[in-house]
Amino acid sequence: MNQQNICMNNEIDRPEDSVASVPAIVVRGLWSSYPGRRKGTTIDVLEGVDMETARGEFACIVGPSGCGKTTLLNTIAGFLEATRGEVLVEGRRVVGPDPKRIFIFQEGGVFPWLTVRDNVGFGLGELQRSERDSIIQHYIDMVGLTGFESSYPRELSGGMRQRVEIARALAANPEILYMDEPFGALDYFTRYKMRADLIRIWEVERKTILFVTHDIDEALQLADRIIVMNRRPARVATVVEVDAPRPRDLDSSEYLGLRHRIFAAMGMNHP
Amino acid sequence: MSLVPIATTDNAENHRNIIKPDRVRRSFSVPAPSFTLPLLVAAASIGVWELAVTFSDNDLLPGPALVVKGIIELIRKGLLAKYIVASLFRVTWGFALSVLVGVPFGLFLGWFRPAYQAFNPLIQLLRPISPIAWIPLAILWFGVSDAAPIFLIFLAGVFPITVSAAAAVRNIQTVYIRAARNFGLSRLALFRKVILPAAAPQIITGIRIALGVAWLVVVAAEMIAVNSGLGYLIIDARNAGKRYDLVVAGMIVIGLIGLGLDLLISRLERFEQIRWGSSHR
Ligand SMILES: Nc1ncnc2c1ncn2[C@@H]1O[C@H](COP(=O)(O)OP(=O)(O)OP(=O)(O)O)[C@@H](O)[C@H]1O
Ligand SMILES: [Mg+2]
Repeated sequence: MNQQNICMNNEIDRPEDSVASVPAIVVRGLWSSYPGRRKGTTIDVLEGVDMETARGEFACIVGPSGCGKTTLLNTIAGFLEATRGEVLVEGRRVVGPDPKRIFIFQEGGVFPWLTVRDNVGFGLGELQRSERDSIIQHYIDMVGLTGFESSYPRELSGGMRQRVEIARALAANPEILYMDEPFGALDYFTRYKMRADLIRIWEVERKTILFVTHDIDEALQLADRIIVMNRRPARVATVVEVDAPRPRDLDSSEYLGLRHRIFAAMGMNHP
Repeated sequence: MSLVPIATTDNAENHRNIIKPDRVRRSFSVPAPSFTLPLLVAAASIGVWELAVTFSDNDLLPGPALVVKGIIELIRKGLLAKYIVASLFRVTWGFALSVLVGVPFGLFLGWFRPAYQAFNPLIQLLRPISPIAWIPLAILWFGVSDAAPIFLIFLAGVFPITVSAAAAVRNIQTVYIRAARNFGLSRLALFRKVILPAAAPQIITGIRIALGVAWLVVVAAEMIAVNSGLGYLIIDARNAGKRYDLVVAGMIVIGLIGLGLDLLISRLERFEQIRWGSSHR
């Protein structure tokens, strides 16, 4: 029906698209490997990944479990070194982590020894006390944790902890957010709500977001651009652009088609 | 169709309500220690002790009454207070030294992998040597003075503390280090704001073990290396007149003080900044 709303393309077919928008992240020919169990051996994880995302865009990386999504995101963020290839962020080669680009971790990176307030304020530099407090409060309110300022992470639910981490990232006012399956450990309803909240926040803050998930529906719901990886050793199988307002009705027929394409690109057979 | 999930949720909710009070108490606050049961067990043990002594009808163990008399006698003579102070003095110094050396050294070893690889074998070699085995050397080096037991207590404490501090740093989850680096912390800030607090729970555990060992060692050291303190009290009571009532009195006082020390140090584990690392999270 709405063909003009949802267009789907292999990036290689449409070079003009990357010219039209400012690229925030460019990955070229990225190879990555881990040291193997035996000395001298390596496990190749990424074998020539090419991708890019535009400034202010919400991009998702999807791929089967263990294909190298975390490895890719860690390399882009500067936590891991690539074997070959390069990562450019805002036109500059990445050599290490940067406070302008905050990572939200799959396994949860909230500091358990700090209160919610101190966690959220962690990335704030030298500031006047009142200014600092008001920034912290602003982001605590934004993620819906008002009233839990003095709680410790272990007193919160998994979803609330994830919100603390998001607030901590936003408070540092980064240009880019890297999110590694941030809602992976949450139950269905909490995920659902967190997605809606994230979109609401993104629409206000307009950060560039690079969001890893293995949940195709999550990517379809969130992303402007979906970067699909195949099984290990991984490369980008296809790139799907979704140009439709949110919230999206994933039951409509266009999404069925997209879902099918993504499944096929990942090397799986959609039932 | 929707009835089924609703019923299930309802059930789960009810179930949760039933088990909640216990859960909450366990994980959100350290349970207030109940004294009734422990006191009952202690009283029963004393009862058994008394009965055993009465029925066996020999001198192999003084009964509780005799021991209490012994304790009173020691208090009257002013010996008990004097010896307790002497023992605690040595433990305090030896233990403080082992913390002051062990914590920084362990943090250093945990952080610098080459240093760990270089020192760990030596530490693992020295650690199983009981501090008691050092007594001859300690006397040779320090003579019959407070320095000898202090040195022994230091030896007893420094290894567990070093090892636990090093392990604590090595066990810090990568995410915490990465998150901290992501926010652009300087090396000093990283250490102060992340390494230290992340390692604190395990370091405290090591310190607690070290204090327990220190209290064991001071008694042994005082039996040989000095002539005051609770260890000396025990050996002296035996040598100078086979006063086994005083021997057992000394033992009981040692046990009580050890218990007190452990309660004191375990308070450290209740700090909010530390408690996240405890088993009942
Ligand atoms: N530290 C490591 N040492 C050795 N191999 C590793 C290491 N980390 C990851 N790997 C390997 O690299 C592959 C990719 O791992 P990665 O964590 O990037 O996958 P992923 O796509 O994020 O998976 P998931 O969806 O399950 O999070 C895995 O198959 C794993 O075996
Ligand atoms: Mg992963």
